[in-house]
Amino acid sequence: MSRPASAWIALAVVLVLAPAVLGVASRTRAALTRRRGAPVLQLYYDLAKLLRRGSVFSDTTTSVFRAAPACVLSAALMAATIVPLDGRGALIRFAGDVVALAYVLALGRFLLVLAALDTGSSFEGMGASREVAVASVVELGLFLSFGTLAVLTKTLSLSGMLGAALAAAWPAGSPAIVMTAVGLFALMLAECARVPVDDPATHLELTMIHEVMILDHSGPDLALILYASALELSIIGAVIVTLLVPRSGMPVGVSLAVLGGGLIVIGAGIGVVEATMARLRLPKIPLYLASASSLALFSLVLVLWSGA
Amino acid sequence: MTHSATQLLLLLVVLTDFAVLGTSRLSACIRWIAFQGALLGVLSLVVGGEISWNAVLLAAGTIVVKAIVLPAFLRWAIREAAIRREVEPLVGYLASVLLGGAALGVAFGVAASMPASVRDALVVPVALVTLMIGMIVLMTRLKAITQVIGYLMLENGVYLFGITLARRVPFLIEAGVLLDVFVGVFIMGIVVFHINREFDSISSANLSELRES
Repeated sequence: MSRPASAWIALAVVLVLAPAVLGVASRTRAALTRRRGAPVLQLYYDLAKLLRRGSVFSDTTTSVFRAAPACVLSAALMAATIVPLDGRGALIRFAGDVVALAYVLALGRFLLVLAALDTGSSFEGMGASREVAVASVVELGLFLSFGTLAVLTKTLSLSGMLGAALAAAWPAGSPAIVMTAVGLFALMLAECARVPVDDPATHLELTMIHEVMILDHSGPDLALILYASALELSIIGAVIVTLLVPRSGMPVGVSLAVLGGGLIVIGAGIGVVEATMARLRLPKIPLYLASASSLALFSLVLVLWSGA
Repeated sequence: MTHSATQLLLLLVVLTDFAVLGTSRLSACIRWIAFQGALLGVLSLVVGGEISWNAVLLAAGTIVVKAIVLPAFLRWAIREAAIRREVEPLVGYLASVLLGGAALGVAFGVAASMPASVRDALVVPVALVTLMIGMIVLMTRLKAITQVIGYLMLENGVYLFGITLARRVPFLIEAGVLLDVFVGVFIMGIVVFHINREFDSISSANLSELRES
């Protein structure tokens, strides 16, 4: 089966743009807090620097630790091929590929957690347990959101949910779609370890969640992991952009421009959240996630009800 | 146009329900309930379709009572009683949000089997959700002020039901409802204030310790 060139181009756009989204986020945060901040392209420099360095491996680690970064990145790439980034159809699509997306994302996280446990460090173990605890609740909200879309568009494939069927469902289902998008944004912040749940800029192991797991990775390995998490954020961001601006009817050029612009706006949104909110205390995180999930639940109930 | 506006307002009402359910800071709770009151006022204007003097008066009355006077009164009460947040609810915030989610499912499930007499049938489930979440807040919080807020929300649910019949039910009944709440909250506020002055606390759990010795 051949796929349209637009899907490949959209994939390339996301692959190239992913680190810049994080750059925009930190730049926005800096601007709002009256600081200069790092350049938008900082993550590219970091990645280039890390790739030129060598890696150090602790004696306690096994092959799992060495294999993890490459596997994490391939899981993220896999996820990018399942999501219809161009707003029409994904490179890989089949009925029920939503579940595949959720589990490919989970697979990447699982490998990262394995690698963290493999180091034998107690801090990394703590980070791993927190990461899994957060992720297991996020998954609930994720499935509720995709359930809403599935009911609304009556398809089980992401390419349908975010493609032509979504545009058709917009006039009647816009409240549910907008609520799903807002819920997804809140879940994305948790999934990608951003501010109300986790602070990527923190340097205290006791309070870290995601960052503490990758403390032992160095050089190219660290670069792969950093890039993979940037990519994950952009993938979920692309889903949100597509939800809010259905792009199936647009010409390819406009659609890609909307994707790029939308991702930048999402990055700015993350920056605004980071500048205006403090990180939540760990016991408060379940409430945050439950609120985000109840938004998704509400849109699901609404869709089911108006369909009934 | 009015249809989608009504829908949007009703959805916002449900979201404010959840906001109250998940907030521990009392001033934020009061802000949300005031916002909900304002939403109800606008709703009563929009839901009927055409704008009549009756509807305008009702909307203005609702907004003044529910969004301005009662919240101001509640704010005065928390300032007098010097409390800022609900410390230990009987049921935690996470559990109450989950309960709210369950209530949401039940309300929409029940409403689907109810005969829809209004043009915008979404009013019925939203009224039910608001009723139930108000009930949850009323039952699970210990501070008397939060219970008053729960009572207000419960009443907002009843009011929403009333809105569906606003064309047929005379204006007087609506006014009666508003007056009812006003008096109810007023009395509750005074009671709260006195509990606080007598016992240095407005936790209603302490009331169960009152017994004849």
